[in-house]
Amino acid sequence: MALTQEEVRHIARLARLGLSPEEVERLREQLSSILEHFQVLQGLDTSQVPPTAYVVPLTSVCREDQPAPSFSREDILANAPRPEEGYFRVQAVLEE
Amino acid sequence: MPAHYLTIAQAHHLLTRRELSCQELVRAALERVSSVEGRVHAFVTLTEEAALRSADQAEARFREGTATPLTGIPDAIKDNMCTRGIRTTCCSRMLESFVPPYDATVVARLKAAGMVMVGKTNMDEFAMGSSTENSAFFPTHNPWDLERVPGGSSGGSAAAVAAGEVIYSLGSDTGGSIRQPAGFCSLVGLKPTYGVVSRYGLVAFASSLDQIGPFTRTVEDCALVLQAIAGHDPRDSTSIPRPLPDYSKALVPDLKGLRLGVPREYFPPELEPGVAEVLREAIKVLEGLGARVEWDISLPTTPYALPTYYIIAPSECSANLARYDGVKFGYSAQGGASMWDDMEKTRQHGFGPEVKRRIMLGTYALSAGYYDAYYLKALRVRTLIRRELELAFERCDALITPTSPTVPFRLGEKVADPIQMYLSDIFTIPVNIAGIPALTLPAGFVGGLPVGMQLLGKALSEETLLRIGHAFQQATGWHRRPPPL
Repeated sequence: MALTQEEVRHIARLARLGLSPEEVERLREQLSSILEHFQVLQGLDTSQVPPTAYVVPLTSVCREDQPAPSFSREDILANAPRPEEGYFRVQAVLEE
Repeated sequence: MPAHYLTIAQAHHLLTRRELSCQELVRAALERVSSVEGRVHAFVTLTEEAALRSADQAEARFREGTATPLTGIPDAIKDNMCTRGIRTTCCSRMLESFVPPYDATVVARLKAAGMVMVGKTNMDEFAMGSSTENSAFFPTHNPWDLERVPGGSSGGSAAAVAAGEVIYSLGSDTGGSIRQPAGFCSLVGLKPTYGVVSRYGLVAFASSLDQIGPFTRTVEDCALVLQAIAGHDPRDSTSIPRPLPDYSKALVPDLKGLRLGVPREYFPPELEPGVAEVLREAIKVLEGLGARVEWDISLPTTPYALPTYYIIAPSECSANLARYDGVKFGYSAQGGASMWDDMEKTRQHGFGPEVKRRIMLGTYALSAGYYDAYYLKALRVRTLIRRELELAFERCDALITPTSPTVPFRLGEKVADPIQMYLSDIFTIPVNIAGIPALTLPAGFVGGLPVGMQLLGKALSEETLLRIGHAFQQATGWHRRPPPL
């Protein structure tokens, strides 16, 4: 299950994770080796087995819709890297 | 017994009789912190002044007669649980300066019970690791041998209790992160049934596996802390709505009528011989207390649990950690050519190597073309592992296993090899996959290093596990031995 550097860069792009060239090569080796260990699962026949995503038998949990005060804008913006006039500032999203 | 090695029950008794004040108790803890913390490094944030104020408030509750069993007891909280106004870092550069605007439900409940928080404890970054060496700040040292790891990811919470800096602490357990460090530090650690303790305000790692639980010196104390933090919370949609049992009532000191199973896959030939020997002795003690032991239990899917976990947990982690984009909170790289550029740099410099590895692994397992072969396959195997354990619990009230295959390893011993590090969790991982509870407690020593025994039970059987653990502690003295610190 050997990955290529190109595949590692593709996954990193999906994860929006910047990687140095050294990190790409190190992760290529480590992920290839870890994925090799996962192959053991292919030996189990699970064609008739349903998946378990959550172990608690609860579905569609909703609480009463009761209005209550939320956090203040100041509290939330206190952790913002670039607050500006009560908003989060980001770089331009739309490209020309 | 010095004040810093009291149990919750002992301290509460002295506080109630007014033979000890809350201020004296917190000062004993803070003095212990100043004498050992330079060697142990359990804390990333100390909150001495707040602790002294909480002790004053706790003292008032004793005067007013509104004290609970946890009132005035010094504790520590793992640094992935939100504390209003006190930074909560997950031991990551990403959250190094994050100050939550709210308390996690467990923190709010402990505050209501009158806790005296001494500080926030060190951990593997975002709870990903088994040794606390993945902390972005510094490693924690095991109080039993300062050259060795305390386990992880809740290594700081374990070391703080073992070193006598606090009387109990909270950790979180996604694949063994409470039980493995409890075993490595000779403590009691509980991973409750998924859904028993609210995860609201716990920084999410793998949402279908994460669960909060206590570190204590005794099973009796474990029941007291569980009582305070458990129970339905409308702010966690996976929290189970049901009346809370009285956990302390379960603590009866005999095991007549209980059937205990010893699954053979947890005693493989490569198990450290001393660990196997300690477990055999512990099982004899449980038999002597009236339990019937079944030796022919087999759980053949056990070897599949580790790969299943290392697909499910990283997949959920890659989704949960997508929120760290440098926009709303946390570390933010700036000045790049575009928004995407800033985001990639934020994540490149904000996350450490293990977190990046797991984000990459999870993103791969969830990506187009691989989803069925990895993620969906792992969810199907999860069903098999769960069913197999459910069947075993039709024959047994609890299963007994070692907590870890080895005694605590040396700092640096496994950092270069992720797979070796992952293997230290082989005995704790199936519990999270199945969502069941498990209790770890001190079972003995090999060469002066602690060995933990793990008790697994079916969903919502915490009372049975506490009863077995308490009976064991009434019959043995391992938990009363302090580390040579």
